[in-house]
Amino acid sequence: MTAPALRLTGEETAMLDGGRGAGTAMAMRMVVALAGVLGAERLIPITGAHIDSCLYHGQAGLDFAQKLAGLGAAVTVPTTLNVSSLDLMHPGLVRLPPADAVPARALMEAYRALGARATWTCAPYQSTERPAFGEDIAWAESNAIVFANSVLGAHTERYGDFIDICAAITGRVPHAGLHLPEHRLPTLELDCSALSTARLGEEAVWAALGDVVGRQSGSGVPLLAGIDPAVVDEDRLKALGSTAASSGGLALFHVAGVTPEALAAAGDPAWSGLPSLAVTAAMLRTARDELSHGADPSAPLDAVALGTPHFSVREFGKLAAALEGRPAFHPGCTVWINTSREVLAQVRQSGLVQAAEERGARIVVDTCTYITPILGPEERTVMTPSGKWAWYAPMNIGVDVVLGTLSECLDSACAGRVLRDERQWD
Amino acid sequence: MNASGTEPALAAVVLAARTLCPGAGSGMLLVLSEPLSFWGGTDRRTGRVIDAHHPQHGISMAGRVLVMDASRGSSSSSSVLAEQIRAGVGPAAILLTARDAIVALGALAAAELYGTYVPVVLLDAGGAARLRAAAGTANGTTAVVTAGEDGTAGVVLSKPGG
Repeated sequence: MTAPALRLTGEETAMLDGGRGAGTAMAMRMVVALAGVLGAERLIPITGAHIDSCLYHGQAGLDFAQKLAGLGAAVTVPTTLNVSSLDLMHPGLVRLPPADAVPARALMEAYRALGARATWTCAPYQSTERPAFGEDIAWAESNAIVFANSVLGAHTERYGDFIDICAAITGRVPHAGLHLPEHRLPTLELDCSALSTARLGEEAVWAALGDVVGRQSGSGVPLLAGIDPAVVDEDRLKALGSTAASSGGLALFHVAGVTPEALAAAGDPAWSGLPSLAVTAAMLRTARDELSHGADPSAPLDAVALGTPHFSVREFGKLAAALEGRPAFHPGCTVWINTSREVLAQVRQSGLVQAAEERGARIVVDTCTYITPILGPEERTVMTPSGKWAWYAPMNIGVDVVLGTLSECLDSACAGRVLRDERQWD
Repeated sequence: MNASGTEPALAAVVLAARTLCPGAGSGMLLVLSEPLSFWGGTDRRTGRVIDAHHPQHGISMAGRVLVMDASRGSSSSSSVLAEQIRAGVGPAAILLTARDAIVALGALAAAELYGTYVPVVLLDAGGAARLRAAAGTANGTTAVVTAGEDGTAGVVLSKPGG
């Protein structure tokens, strides 16, 4: 009734009418309502889902999951789970009061009961199984969405809490938004040719670029041009996308000569003649300074936060290489590294995590240091190469932040105070 | 006090809109000057804007008719909005200028779970411009929002003393 133009198949109608169970019917009501919001005329099948609703934000989210589970619903496509509020492998690490920890744990159990895999990571794209080019999926979590669309070339709309699990249960999403090829075309060009290729070897510089991209793109789809493909890797695209999805609502970007849809579109006239904006090193420094919120540069550095989004195997390798020849971290500065269980198991086996642990680093899995209380009350000034951590941590956990490159962060962690190297930002 | 704008000093302005989530609600307008992420940007227990980057940092959304172009950032915002509605500290209604699924789903989930229908409606460009003109000439503009199941919605704006 809310979406008179929507046409359902027989199977979809059966789901909506309760023929596939009351839980599936509840999920289908949400999918159909979303189709009305988006103005979709039909639903399409999906091949997988990534759930962000498993992070506790209060009673409503738990009520929703438990209602679905209680009504007998279960996922019908392969479904991964985003971070939660707890690190189940390192009990006691999270300082969440019981009033939040108990329902947060119940929320995790509810999503496992619905049939989702206990991956507990915001970077499901760093898993061995990930969506292929052109697949329609229902992913939630802003950094995962932008990575799936941009770097993998899979198709997902900006799904959020509630609809992620409903899509996983019904196996359907509205035929709308970024599932339609015409919405995936670039609408503006960001000319990055003035940026130094050497500087683009640092993830934090990509985070600053992401801040600019997020602010400049609005609801459009940016095409980044003038970047040497040899300097690009998935960690840098992750840094770009996750920051742009924090400072803006970005769900899809293209990089000329790099990302799959840009490669496939070579010579397509729809990809040329776009309105263009030049990105300069000065803009990146401004973004860096805006992301360095409230920090007194003369104050002692209490912590360094790595792995937002979750550290990849490659990033553990970069960290191990950067630590060669460095001393232990300053005793007053804790280096925190967030990653997934799956990646941690791989780097333990390959020996890539030991160099950091020997110098005092602490590993967090299943969750992240900026969304739940892990840092101690004495950890007030924190340095990070992550634009997303820098954006959200001051609001979420009340710390002062300095955005810096990995080498700036490590130099600072060893010295116990912020050491800025402006040559890395020229 | 009554600056000459495009909108004459009418007692009320009526705008047609589209329903994204059905319901009815009224309150003082709160026109966000920049997009907002409910998650990270607002307090789930109080409904206050806590995004330090946001120009309306510190203002409470509770009971207000929130006007925004679209949300920004995290897809966790649906949960935060649903929780604010459950706790009684959410907006009374939300007026959008873009079809923002994350905002609509928060309201739809609260309706599914608790039977609390906070209307979310879509304004067209003309309606949004009239609203901004009306709200811009006086503080304390009140809005009554009615969003029907049939997809049609209406917004009635009243100025203080009007």
